[in-house]
Amino acid sequence: MATMTMIQALNSALDVMLARDENVLTFGEDAGYFGGVFRVTDGLQKKYGPTRCFDSPISEGGIMATAVGMGAYGLRPVVEIQFADYIYPGYDQIVSEAAKIRYRSAGEFTAPITVRTPYGGGIFGGQTHSQSPESLFTHIAGLKTVIPSTPYDAKGLLISAIEDDDPVIFFEPKRIYNGPFSGHHDQPVQPWSKFAEADVPEGHYTVPLGKAAIAREGNDVTVLAYGTMVHVSKAAAEESGIDAEVIDLRTLVPLDIETIVASVEKTGRCVIVHEAPRTSGFGAELAALVQEHCFFHLEAPIGRVTGWDTPYPHAFEWHYFPGPARVIEGLRKAMER
Amino acid sequence: MSSPELKKNRPSLSLRIPQPKSRPGDTPDFSNLIIPDAGAAPRPDIAAHPREMMNLAWSLIRVLDSKGRAVGPWDPRLNPETLRRALNHMLLVRAFDDRMYRAQRQGKTSFYMKCTGEEAIAVAQAYALDRNDMCFPSYRQQGLLIARGYPLVDMMNQIYSNAQDPVKGRQLPIMYSTKEYGFFSISGNLGTQFPQAVGWAMASAYKGDDRIAAGWIGDGTTAEGDFHYACNFASVYRAPVILNVVNNQWAISSFQGIAGGEESTFAARGIGYGLPSLRVDGNDFLAVYAATAWAAERARANLGATLIELYSYRAEGHSTSDDPARYRPADEPRCWPLGDPIERMKQHLMALGEWDEARHEAAQKEAVEQVRAANAEATANGTLGEGKIPSVKTMFEDVYKDVPWHLRRQRQQMGV
Ligand SMILES: Cc1ncc(C[n+]2csc(CCOP(=O)(O)OP(=O)(O)O)c2C)c(N)n1
Ligand SMILES: [Mg+2]
Repeated sequence: MATMTMIQALNSALDVMLARDENVLTFGEDAGYFGGVFRVTDGLQKKYGPTRCFDSPISEGGIMATAVGMGAYGLRPVVEIQFADYIYPGYDQIVSEAAKIRYRSAGEFTAPITVRTPYGGGIFGGQTHSQSPESLFTHIAGLKTVIPSTPYDAKGLLISAIEDDDPVIFFEPKRIYNGPFSGHHDQPVQPWSKFAEADVPEGHYTVPLGKAAIAREGNDVTVLAYGTMVHVSKAAAEESGIDAEVIDLRTLVPLDIETIVASVEKTGRCVIVHEAPRTSGFGAELAALVQEHCFFHLEAPIGRVTGWDTPYPHAFEWHYFPGPARVIEGLRKAMER
Repeated sequence: MSSPELKKNRPSLSLRIPQPKSRPGDTPDFSNLIIPDAGAAPRPDIAAHPREMMNLAWSLIRVLDSKGRAVGPWDPRLNPETLRRALNHMLLVRAFDDRMYRAQRQGKTSFYMKCTGEEAIAVAQAYALDRNDMCFPSYRQQGLLIARGYPLVDMMNQIYSNAQDPVKGRQLPIMYSTKEYGFFSISGNLGTQFPQAVGWAMASAYKGDDRIAAGWIGDGTTAEGDFHYACNFASVYRAPVILNVVNNQWAISSFQGIAGGEESTFAARGIGYGLPSLRVDGNDFLAVYAATAWAAERARANLGATLIELYSYRAEGHSTSDDPARYRPADEPRCWPLGDPIERMKQHLMALGEWDEARHEAAQKEAVEQVRAANAEATANGTLGEGKIPSVKTMFEDVYKDVPWHLRRQRQQMGV
């Protein structure tokens, strides 16, 4: 067991998989010698050599396309897209190719690719270093979408993603790379080393895809969250005195519907929290599912606390980001009836 | 089909990963650079067929020789007054960068990007273009704005995301936008502006206008599809556009070989599209000016687009988030064989007898003073660091022309 930040845990997952399976290789912009702009691939080129971990041209379309070709050969490429905001030039290869190859070839060809990409706001990155585009991927049949919220989960989920035979989009909430974030931006950052979730086994282990975790047990209201918003939601529960059960979805597709249903049936209330814009966000899918599965258990309308339907504005970071005040307001509203 | 026996004798393949010549701790090594003499490159007629000038894509157009003299057919013969003005503009760009870099370090804003070592490119190109020509820049052409006389204080207001920020706090620092100065809104998504410049130029041709467009892209970004879209459309529609590749050798930590600059030149990419393609010493103000003026004249004569590779060196970190000592030798910038653009211009003016050390020092001081005054004004308007930002209400404007009901509701929900 070691104490790791999320960056170190992700690095450890790649290290473990590069050592175990020579079909695993990793590449991306600045991911080779330099070890990535967030240092997730730090030291891997030195340890495994330049053909196992290397720099790619600045071409997200090229990165995704070559990953698809490598997958067709039988490799398991793990590619880094430097920021989720820059994934769009690769979108066609992800949506039209990686996601559909298994289906269109009746299982003959597959795309066992993991796409890692830092995501989300809270770092004053402006509109092109802050986006949360998960719903553009959860909408696509054939893709899995994973978003960890702790170092332990990050490593176990990344190993599962790499071992998975289907393409996985792995979003890394960059705001919590070095420590959890309550949403109180005016308070000092707490490093991961102060938290139990930073205890990470050095070797191989997995956290299964498709399984949610209960991040905080509670009885009053169920909060569905993922990534950074898990921590904000936990803080909101503590501060409001509302005994919320915070579910960390961890995987959006395939979704752990049983855990969600069991919790909502227990609490009778549900609030969905995400950083991404509201309209057609993943929260809309969650609200529909909860309504379909739990209608007769619901005591109040399902609430949504989300980013606004604007681009992510640089100066208004903390007006845009759905911080604890907005989450508490959402919890209160759910408790009104 | 070959027989299995034959196959057995084939060597196994191996994957090649390009590596730069030197890394931290190594001695900088530029021995592979071929630097032709100043004045050696021929200057074709603007109406010449691209086939007749293919060699220019592998050569290097240079005007200033090692003694600071302007030589050869590309000498634009600018008068001393213009040269001095250009030098002052380059000094102003450098002083501006230094001040804004410090402002970021002081916590006044979140981010900054310098163009140190590349000042000649944007300044010379602004001089060679008409004031009404349209620029589609990347984030390292602040020299275009400064040379066109855009107020420094407005640049700073943008950098500080304050109440006077022309783009209302919405964009990361340095992502300027000013239609009035012919400067397209900078995108954080690399490369997108390059084919947009072509589209603007096509529109200008469609309308029978006389204005041309220019786009800029980094060496690293030529790997994006956008670069190829631009070359293709520019060639097919003979668009009046100048397509500039700024090869500053680095793309964050990746040397230009990762973008494919080792086997060929970036200028040579244009040849496959049938574009005239020039490779130019980007630290030589006169060469940049002359090549750009040539391409502009060609575009204005309805002869179409030119691809220009501006060969330079990124002398400082990629941005305030970067530490280049982690991936290249610390003294590599000092060893760059094509020198510093400001020093070379200074040397040239001195060789002409039109400049001296005292005037240079005074000009430097004047640039610093101009920046200091603008900064005092901009910081009085507020800074992001102090939380003095535009009205929050404005955050919901300009998403659409009219604010739809759901955004109005969201604004109300936020209480503004
Ligand atoms: C589509 C996209 N991919 C990646 C990035 C991240 N990024 C920003 S600048 C940069 C390097 C660009 O290098 P180059 O084109 O050589 O321009 P330079 O910075 O050297 O001027 C990268 C990878 C981005 N902004 N957009
Ligand atoms: Mg570059």
